[in-house]
Amino acid sequence: MSKIESTTFRDSLSVSITVGAYGIAFGAAAVANGFSVLQSCLLSLLTFSGASQFAVVGVLGAGGTALSGIATASLLGFRNGLYGVIMAPRLKVKGFKRVVAAQVTIDESTAVALGQEVRGEKAMRQGFWLTGFGVFFFWNLFTVAGALGAQAMGDIRAWGLDSAVPAAFLGLVWPRLQSTRDRILAVGAMVFALAMTPILPAGLPIIATAFIAIVVGLRA
Amino acid sequence: MNSFWIATIGTSMIAFALKYTGHSVPEKFFAHPKVQAINALIPIALLSALVAVQSFTDKSKLVIDHRLAGLGAALLALILKAPFPVVVISAAIASAAAYKLL
Repeated sequence: MSKIESTTFRDSLSVSITVGAYGIAFGAAAVANGFSVLQSCLLSLLTFSGASQFAVVGVLGAGGTALSGIATASLLGFRNGLYGVIMAPRLKVKGFKRVVAAQVTIDESTAVALGQEVRGEKAMRQGFWLTGFGVFFFWNLFTVAGALGAQAMGDIRAWGLDSAVPAAFLGLVWPRLQSTRDRILAVGAMVFALAMTPILPAGLPIIATAFIAIVVGLRA
Repeated sequence: MNSFWIATIGTSMIAFALKYTGHSVPEKFFAHPKVQAINALIPIALLSALVAVQSFTDKSKLVIDHRLAGLGAALLALILKAPFPVVVISAAIASAAAYKLL
């Protein structure tokens, strides 16, 4: 076992614990929106992508169909594919190792890996694996806690859980709003989704905003 | 099998397929700047729409209720650069308080 650089280790661990702790919000949100504890835990184990998980839970909680939930979550999961494209030539793994690498390819593992690149290729790979496994461990641990906690609460509105979910979405989108164009798109998507809610079946107003993003992206 | 199971399994399968495909396709496939731009914008649109729908709708009706207090608290926390857990918890506290008062 090669020595792990202490900076890489510290970066990976702090990201893993902080991000993993959000799992509590996910577990609680999933149960609050009608998913069972088992389903909530399976989403964290198998989907393992925060924004996608919150999205599928949010869409079904708003009365959307399974299909619109899956579609919304999958559009959000598309970026993990791009991270895979970035990481594959750096990790150079095959077979089962590639399967494992793919599953832990998320925002955080990619970000930490790329952040360690200045310390060399070894630190970069260690950053990826440590953060990937670390977030996986803490995210799943905290999901169980959140789901069981929410199940024990009863009326979720009295605990404010119905507001914790949109607050989590807001917290996820906030750091992405870098330019004026981003902010206009965010407000536009909100207005559009609300305007379409009385007209379109549940779930569709959300996924329809992806087309606004595509149009804005093509014009750029 | 109910829709919650279909959503759980379907989301998980596609999520993994997307990740694995990324590790298996040539890099130049996604290099186009417009693909990159769209990829950065889609999460903004979807997450913003989810904020709005989860805060201001009840089934297919538009409503303003206790959740507005929660969203306001979250917004304030973000403006004050609070960490994510603080954002979520302050939203929950404000919303729960408004729910009890209204």
